[in-house]
Amino acid sequence: MNKRLLLFLLPLICFLAIIPFFKSALNSDPTELESVLVGKPVPQFELQDIYELDKQHHSNIFEGEPLLLNVWATWCPTCRAEHEFLNTLAEQGVKIIGLNYKDDRGKAINWLAQLGNPYVINLYDEKGLLALDLGVYGAPETYLIDSQGIIRYRHVGDVNARNWQQELAPIFSAME
Amino acid sequence: MRVLVFLLGLISSAAFAAIDVYEFDSEQQEALFRELTQELRCPKCQNNNIADSNAGLAQDLREKTYQLVKQGNDKQQVLDYMVDRYGNFVRYDPPLTPAVLILWLSPLLVIVFGGIYLLGRNRNSSSNEPLVEEGERERLAKLIEQTERDKQ
Repeated sequence: MNKRLLLFLLPLICFLAIIPFFKSALNSDPTELESVLVGKPVPQFELQDIYELDKQHHSNIFEGEPLLLNVWATWCPTCRAEHEFLNTLAEQGVKIIGLNYKDDRGKAINWLAQLGNPYVINLYDEKGLLALDLGVYGAPETYLIDSQGIIRYRHVGDVNARNWQQELAPIFSAME
Repeated sequence: MRVLVFLLGLISSAAFAAIDVYEFDSEQQEALFRELTQELRCPKCQNNNIADSNAGLAQDLREKTYQLVKQGNDKQQVLDYMVDRYGNFVRYDPPLTPAVLILWLSPLLVIVFGGIYLLGRNRNSSSNEPLVEEGERERLAKLIEQTERDKQ
């Protein structure tokens, strides 16, 4: 009799067991891909500063302290939406390096003048060279990089108060 | 038949219409480029390969594939280059990783374990559970005896 009852309840037990998978699938975005560069250093590059034409930056700018790398462009509406929050983060003392992705220098400088400049350094990647090496597939993207220059996390889409507090800030503050 | 060939021609020319003009050193390089752009998946527009997609990213990846092919890289080198940046997601023909293996083997496991279960159940019902219970057996024997006697 006990065996019968168990057999009868088996489908229900199976269903309960897979509920967590259903739940995680429900909340996950299939367009969000995990970066293969997590745990690896920022790729080598040589890119111009957005303001100063004769100033070249290399990957050593990512060493020293934890910071964010934010991929943005003026043609990207979501970048505009997140810009205000990036300003807030910069005011709180979070160091953000900008990667201006396949954009027009004049428009980009205008944008920073109008909306404020949250970036300590802004790289000008007209051809998307570093972006390709990073595996960027859409702007905006934000990378969390530790003081050794190792990529710890990639966030695709806008950074806002909610996902900063829930996802990014805990990782960022745990980084060394 | 002729109509069919004509229609097929229309379809194939439409399929390659998205490909920009590229010049190659040899036919092998061109064939390799075609093969790669058909097999590489666009990370932005996830259900297109980079040959069919007109997304900005797909154009960039086509251009990069062209450069790598033109530099004389073979198929595996180009695939490795892309996978290093975009992960296995970028391939429509991903390698056999443990995660993929689960996907392939799980239906087989269901069949095997299901078969074992069914076999076990059959054996149980035939051996352990007698068709007639103990008390009934005597009654049945009496009944048979009676019918045999009546026949005579």
